[in-house]
This record gives sequence, structure tokens and C-alpha cells, in this order.
Amino acid sequence: MAERTIMIYPPFERFWHWGQVILVLVMTFTGFRLYGIHEWIPYSQAVVVHTYSALLLMLLWIFAIFWHFTTGTWKHYVPTTNGLWQVMRFYSLGIFKGEKHPYRKAYWRKHNPLQAMAYLSLKLLIFPTIWITGIAYLTYRLWEPAPNSGFWIEIVGNLHVLAAFGILSFIVMHLYLMTTGHSVWKHIRPMFSGYDDIVLTETEEAYLREDEPRRIRDA
Amino acid sequence: MISGKGLAILGLTLALSGSGAALAQETEAPPAKASGATVDHSKLEALQKDFASGPEVTAACLSCHTEAADQVKQSIHWTWDYTHPGTGQDLGKDNVINSYCVAVAGNEARCTSCHIGYGWTDMNEPPPQDANAVDCLVCHDTSDTYAKIPAGAGKPFGKEIKEGAMTNMGKPAQPVDLMKVAQSVGLPDRDNCGNCHFYGGGGDNVKHGDLSSALHHPTEAIDVHMAEEGLNFECQTCHVSEQHIWHGSRYNVTAKDTEGSGLPGQRRDVATCESCHGTEPHDAFSLIGFKLNSHRDKIACQTCHIPEYAKGGAPTKLMWDWSTAGKMGDDGKPTKAKGYETRDGKKFVTYDSMKGDFEWGEYLKPDYFWFDGQVEYANADHEIDPSGVVEVNMISGRQDDDKSRIWPFKVMRGKQPYDTERNRLLYPHLFGPGSDTAYWGKWDWNKSLEAGAEASGTEYSGSFDFVSTEMYWPVTHMVAPAEDHVACEECHKEGGRLANIAGIHIPGANPMGPGGKLGALILILTALGVVIHAIARFFGRKNMKEQ
Repeated sequence: MAERTIMIYPPFERFWHWGQVILVLVMTFTGFRLYGIHEWIPYSQAVVVHTYSALLLMLLWIFAIFWHFTTGTWKHYVPTTNGLWQVMRFYSLGIFKGEKHPYRKAYWRKHNPLQAMAYLSLKLLIFPTIWITGIAYLTYRLWEPAPNSGFWIEIVGNLHVLAAFGILSFIVMHLYLMTTGHSVWKHIRPMFSGYDDIVLTETEEAYLREDEPRRIRDA
Repeated sequence: MISGKGLAILGLTLALSGSGAALAQETEAPPAKASGATVDHSKLEALQKDFASGPEVTAACLSCHTEAADQVKQSIHWTWDYTHPGTGQDLGKDNVINSYCVAVAGNEARCTSCHIGYGWTDMNEPPPQDANAVDCLVCHDTSDTYAKIPAGAGKPFGKEIKEGAMTNMGKPAQPVDLMKVAQSVGLPDRDNCGNCHFYGGGGDNVKHGDLSSALHHPTEAIDVHMAEEGLNFECQTCHVSEQHIWHGSRYNVTAKDTEGSGLPGQRRDVATCESCHGTEPHDAFSLIGFKLNSHRDKIACQTCHIPEYAKGGAPTKLMWDWSTAGKMGDDGKPTKAKGYETRDGKKFVTYDSMKGDFEWGEYLKPDYFWFDGQVEYANADHEIDPSGVVEVNMISGRQDDDKSRIWPFKVMRGKQPYDTERNRLLYPHLFGPGSDTAYWGKWDWNKSLEAGAEASGTEYSGSFDFVSTEMYWPVTHMVAPAEDHVACEECHKEGGRLANIAGIHIPGANPMGPGGKLGALILILTALGVVIHAIARFFGRKNMKEQ
């Protein structure tokens, strides 16, 4: 067992992450303008920026979905109960006593079970809610003649906003958890450089050195 | 045809050559009007006559235009009678009640001065049968000198004018030379229509709010279509006519036109915006244009493109309280008070012994309602509920039908007499010089209402009171230039222009709906959890250090 610096966030994943950061922030700002929470920019401008950002984000998601499946990265998000209890116990108790994080990050499984579940629910629940309702919102004209469309647009609008707050809550949690490591920078750095310190078994290291030598960065 | 530029050059040349003085005399003759007509009426033999009356002129007109009187007599302009195809209710001026001078019956000579005929003195009878009773001149005079006597049942002024006589347009009357008028005839312009329609309800812009003297010579800001320096539309540019029948109805409105403009030569049946602008009027290839086109499905063009009405210095009447009429001045005579001043300093009557209290307004934001184009009136056939505000005309419309859109309206409010036993609005006899029963002169409501009931063929129990009423006037003229449209945020905000409209979802109009509230709760709980967690970590670390 030895700690090595391993590439765990390849370039596309980082591009996806930061692209998403920018688009989500822009859409939160313009979305809240459209929802009437602030009036810092003209309404029509907010409509244009919000809509085009949404189209870009959906494009990014299409690429990301493709990437998840073609690279096998989707496996990182398969939910597991293995170790879940320990992680939950750590965040609700152990962390206050200075215990060490119970999860050992693996290069083939970069998220702890709780984290994976949180990301999975974001990807399968909250994101689809916001884009399905967003597309319904945008294309209201097409289904407006349907019966009770006046009722359904109300549902669509409310779900859209609910999902937006859900994403915002996720961001709050996400940012907070960055402070739980040794240093904030230690948590952010891998999202820029792609490399993180991972404890490898001897066989893992032997495999990487043999088959994917570029993923290991020797000090 | 001489263009404006051509005239300017000609004028400049003449002025420079010193012949301006000689020209001044020649310009006395009416300027040749650019027209595609193939007939110069001033050359017609039939019109070289010193006409003694309106009907004599009409006889001359009909000697060539043989079918014109028959055509006119088919139109609502003539019949003042309209049977609504949906409700079957008898409408038209002959039948409807309003919240101004209430009704025509009993007040004929005054009200019928705006009839396009001569001598309709009794509403119980149809308009005069004689073909020559049609008034061609009121619509076709282009000399701008023809005017009807305000209480003359359609008769025009003659060569002699009584001292102090005024026109319906509120201007000092001028002598009318029927030969000159007859020789001037041409297609109607805004003045022809406007001389009646701009002065409905007894004065400039009193009734509609969007039809006023400001439209005789409007700027683009007042009306982008009729602007003198711009498109300079006449009324019939939109209200197209066929055989003296005009399109565009206030009783049976095409509230949503799904057909659009049609091919050249088609579509002569509506006066909708879409009949020229099409059903997808905004740029469908821009995001905002796409969004605006989808607004069009449920929102009338007028709603965004007429941000305000009663523009241009002519205020409209917003409230008319008949219940306070009849109070005399200190001298025991009828009195008036001018308590309203427009932006440009003109004063308007706010109390009149003859009519009661008024309120006025100009540059007004419309009220908005669903409207499918159908209107029903609280005429004598309609029982009212006097415990609330009575709608003099009831507009219908809903979110979930395919005919309705959200339309702008002027809402006229007031108090007017009703029968306390029969729960019906009443028809007062107001006008009638020398009459024993006219309110204006005898000041006795009971007699006035009795006479009004008789004149209108309705009933009156003998007991009356005043009830609060509201009346709805669709706003469709005074369209602003495109760039002056109602901005998105005027509706897409809390308490915006459409705040009273039920059944629609307006993003931004309800900043904290159920979804927002639940979402904000989740966000707050998350933030709270994070803070508590952080505090617990802080103290945990402190404890560890102390150990």
C-alpha cells in the first residue's frame, strides 16, 4: 500500500464540471430574475441568457452522458451500501472527534458511498426535473392547446423552481464539504489538475504502471 | 399628384421670384387632393345646384350612385340595430343601454344628430324610409365644412348660423354651403368618421377613450397607423368596407384571429391586427420573437402595443354619477364646476347639474380581461342584482377556450337609475326642449323615467334609485410605435398589469409560489444544517486541543 498521485479527473470531466459551474451560476442568476426574486437586469435579457445557457448546458449534458457510458465512468455512481454506514457515522459523529475519514478513495471508485448517492440523485432526479420542466416551459406553445394546460404549466413552473432550489442546496452542501478535508485547496486542486493522492494496493499500482503509466505522476 | 417635397420646391421657387403675393389669392381654392378618382365631382352637372337641403343633395348623388342608399340602409350605421348571432340579443344603438346618457330612446333629436340620415325623430319607428333620407355628405364631404346640428336629428347646419351655435365637435358652427360640400365628395377620411365617433357620449373622447380628436392629426406616438407624418391611415384602411358595410364590430369582436392576412385580395372580413400583420407577427427566428409569437395565442396584440390610451390631450370620462344631478347653484340655476385639468392645462367639467359628477383621466393604463369578443347588455330584457356593481355590458371569455385572449379595456364606472321593484336599468328622458318630462329642464327623475320608459317601449314601476355600474370598452386604437410596447417586466412581476387575470401562469408574477417556498425551505434547512455542522466541528476541534 502506497499513496500515489493519480489522474482521476480526465480533461473532459474537468471541462464538464467547470462548464457546468459557470452555466449553473448564470442560470441561477437569470432564473431568479425571471422568477421575480431580483430585478438587476431587464427581463427580456434574462430570458435570452437563461434560454441560451440552458441550451448549452443540455448540449454539455448530452456529451457528458455519452462520455459516462463510453468510458465506463458511470460505474462510479452505482449506489452501494458497502461502507455507507461508516461514512454516515463519520459525518454525523466521527468528524467532530477528529477521526479519519473511513473511505479509502480508489482510482476506480473516486466517490465515497454517500457522495456517489448524492451525485446520482442530482443526476437522475434533480437535473432531469429541471431540464424536462425547462423544455416544457420553453415549448409551452406546442402543448398549450392540450386540456388543463393552464394547470400543468403551473406545476411545471413550480417544479422547475423547486429543482433550481434543489441544485442551489446541493451547491451549498458541495462547497461546505470542501472545508472538511485537510485544506480547502486540497479538495479543489484535483478539479483543476486532474490528479489526486490515492492509496494504491501493490497490484493496483503494478497494473497502472504497466497499463496506464501516464495516470501516475511520480513526485 | 404633387408630392410634399415638390410643393415645397414650388413654394420656394415662387417665393424667390417674388410672386408669393399673387399666389396667396389663388390658394383660397381648396388644394387639389391627391386622389385616384376618375371623377371630379365639381364638374358634374347634377351638382351645379344651390341645394336647399341634405335630401336634395342625396337625390343628386343617387342619380348616378343608384344603389348607394340601398346599401347604406343595410348597414348598422343606418339601422342602429343588430341582432347578436350568438345570444340573439337585440343590440345596436336603437336598443343598448350605456353608462353615459344611458339610451337614445326619448332623446332622439339630440342623439340622432349622429345618425347617417336626415330626420330620425322617433326610435319607435325605423329610420326614415325615403331613399333621400340617407346622408351621403357626412361621410363623403372632403371640404371639412359639413356639420350636423347637435340637436337636429341629423339635419346639417344651413347658410345662416344662430349666434353661439356649436357643432358636435365642440367648435363654433360655420355656415354650410351644400353645393361646395357636394362637389367636394370623395372617400371618407378620419375627420368624416371622427366627427361622430371621436365625440361619442356627448363630447371629445368621452366614451371610448381610444377615439378622440387627437386622431384628427395624430403623431406617431399617439397612433402609429394614423400618424399624419407616417402611415396616415384612414379609418377604412383597417375597417374595410364592402357595399357600405364596415368590418370591425364592438358587439361581436374577432378577439382572436387565427387566419391572418391571407393572400392579396383576400380577407375583407375583419379589422383585426392579424389581417395585416399575420398570425406570427414577431421575428420567429429570434428567441424573443418566438416567445412573443407564443404570447399572441392568449394575449391580444393591443394588450402589449397600447400601453396607454386617451393620449394626445383629450381626456376620457371614467366615472359618471347621475345620482348627484339636479343640484342647483346659489342662484337656483343649473351650475357647472370645472375640477379636472389635463397635463396641458385644459379644464374639464366635474360637476354639471344636468348630469351629476364626473371623473376624467388621460394617458391611462388599460384594465385587462379575458375576452372572446362577445358582449351582452343589461338592456330592459336583463334583470340586474342591485346589491352589487351592475355590469352594463357583460364581456365573456375564459383562459381555456380557443377564442379568448386577454384584452385591454377602458372601464367606465358610474351610478345610474334603476327600477327598484323590477330590478332593471331605466331609460331616462333627458333631452327635449319645451318637454314637460325631460329631466334637463324639469329636474324630475320620476317624470323623466316614466317618459323614457314610454319612449323606449319598456316598463317603469314608479320607484327608482341609483345603482353603481361598470361598463367595458375594448381599447384597440392609439397603437403605439413598436418600440414603445409594454415591457416584459410590466406583467412579469408581482402586482403587474395582468395581476387580476385568472387562469394564467406568468413567470415572475408570483415570486414565492409553492415550488419557491418549498425550495427556499430546503435551501434554508441545508444552510442551517451546514452551519450547525460547522459549529459542532469547531467545538469538537477545540475539545480535542484541550484534551
